Amino acid sequence: MWRWLHPYAKGEATYRLLGHWLPWLAISAALSLLVGIVWGLAFAPPDYQQGDSYRIIYIHVPAAIFSMGAYTGMAITALIALVWQIRTAEWAIAAIAPVGAVLTAVSLFTGAVWGKPMWGTWWEWDARLTSQLILLFLYLGVLALYYAFDDKRTGAKAAGILALVGVVNVPIIHYSVYWWNTLHQGATITKFEKPSMATSMLIPLLICLLGFALFTAAMICWRLRHEILRQELHRPWVQQELIGQEKLN
Amino acid sequence: MNNVTTWQVISTIIARDWRVAMRRRSDILNPLLFVLMVVTLFPLAVGPGPDVLGRIAAGVIWVVALLSSLLGSERLFRDDYLDGTLEQLVLLPTPLAVTALAKIIIHWLLSGLPLVILTPVCALLLKLPMDGWATLMLTLLLGTPILSALTAIGAALTVSLGRGGALLSLLLLPLFIPLIIFASAAVEGALVGAPILGQVLLLAGLMVLTLTLAPLAVAAAIRVSVN
Repeated sequence: MWRWLHPYAKGEATYRLLGHWLPWLAISAALSLLVGIVWGLAFAPPDYQQGDSYRIIYIHVPAAIFSMGAYTGMAITALIALVWQIRTAEWAIAAIAPVGAVLTAVSLFTGAVWGKPMWGTWWEWDARLTSQLILLFLYLGVLALYYAFDDKRTGAKAAGILALVGVVNVPIIHYSVYWWNTLHQGATITKFEKPSMATSMLIPLLICLLGFALFTAAMICWRLRHEILRQELHRPWVQQELIGQEKLN
Repeated sequence: MNNVTTWQVISTIIARDWRVAMRRRSDILNPLLFVLMVVTLFPLAVGPGPDVLGRIAAGVIWVVALLSSLLGSERLFRDDYLDGTLEQLVLLPTPLAVTALAKIIIHWLLSGLPLVILTPVCALLLKLPMDGWATLMLTLLLGTPILSALTAIGAALTVSLGRGGALLSLLLLPLFIPLIIFASAAVEGALVGAPILGQVLLLAGLMVLTLTLAPLAVAAAIRVSVN
């Protein structure tokens, strides 16, 4: 496996590999998102309790799941970057963080929009909401640290250490917040119990999940390609690549 | 190669940093004055009645403690970085994590411990009921080492930037959240006469965990910063 992976420590090889992946990821993401969201928003049956307003679940749940998935991915690349000192992994941290931050923000925003008609409030200090907000802060901290350094190599390593410190903290934060909420306010808020979904609602949700996964992967590929170009700007292959594109235009 | 033991390294670093700090005592006193002043602001802002003040007292003291620990954090590695001491510390034959642990200990002695000692004054000013005093002191005693350890991670990450201030608080405050939850839950429990052993033990567990893992993170961060 190492023999197979080794060439991708070099920027150029990864750039080409991602270039092969990107169109497939982008097309399949666009297709499955289109199918899933149109199906979910227009054709899935309305909920017997929540009517049509439950439909935001088709954006809210995938965004929330992959906001956490992206953080795990970022922490794994951070570990790879710190242990094996692979530069591509360092750039991947910088490529994943903004995508994850936006997904977290989307899940918070759609949650607030959903909460207004259902709970009667934009924001409740519920355990899940709070830990998602803290996840957003962790993402922003990683991003702020990365962009604070002029030397991006140091910045990526520092951001990686912070991501790892964060990943140790995430379960502690999650459980402490969960416990804090149950301590202070037991059953006063009508917590939205997730009903076991009907199949006709579940299928579009699964398609949306797939679509968000592909979309996240495509965005990360795209950002990582740009990051590689930006960091290797002084290399001849990048200059050839960019000049070649200019000629085509 | 002379054989320096781990304890010698720790005690030497602590003694040296203590001497350095004693020559500039304002660095130790200023965060404490900050704590007192912010505590003074609260009765002026929310009114001096004991019912409101007493209820928020423990939370206020904890938030102010978090903020003051951020204030003093830049001096943890800044001077050592600027005059090259940090590079020499990296070159020590003992693991860098040991050095980091010594730095965390001396930082706690100079910032955490004075804060714990100052707490009764703050509790008095904020009219915290007597039942909560012992618990508040205990949570601060257990919690301030965690503050010092996490602050050391942040300070080591940003030491080469030269403009760490606001960035440091952005990095560290989310990590402080479990601490403030458990600590204020313990004090609140003590005020209503509920058992607090669970929260206190959790805080103690967090302290042990943080003091075990944080030196490793600090060491990695110093290596990145010194290059």
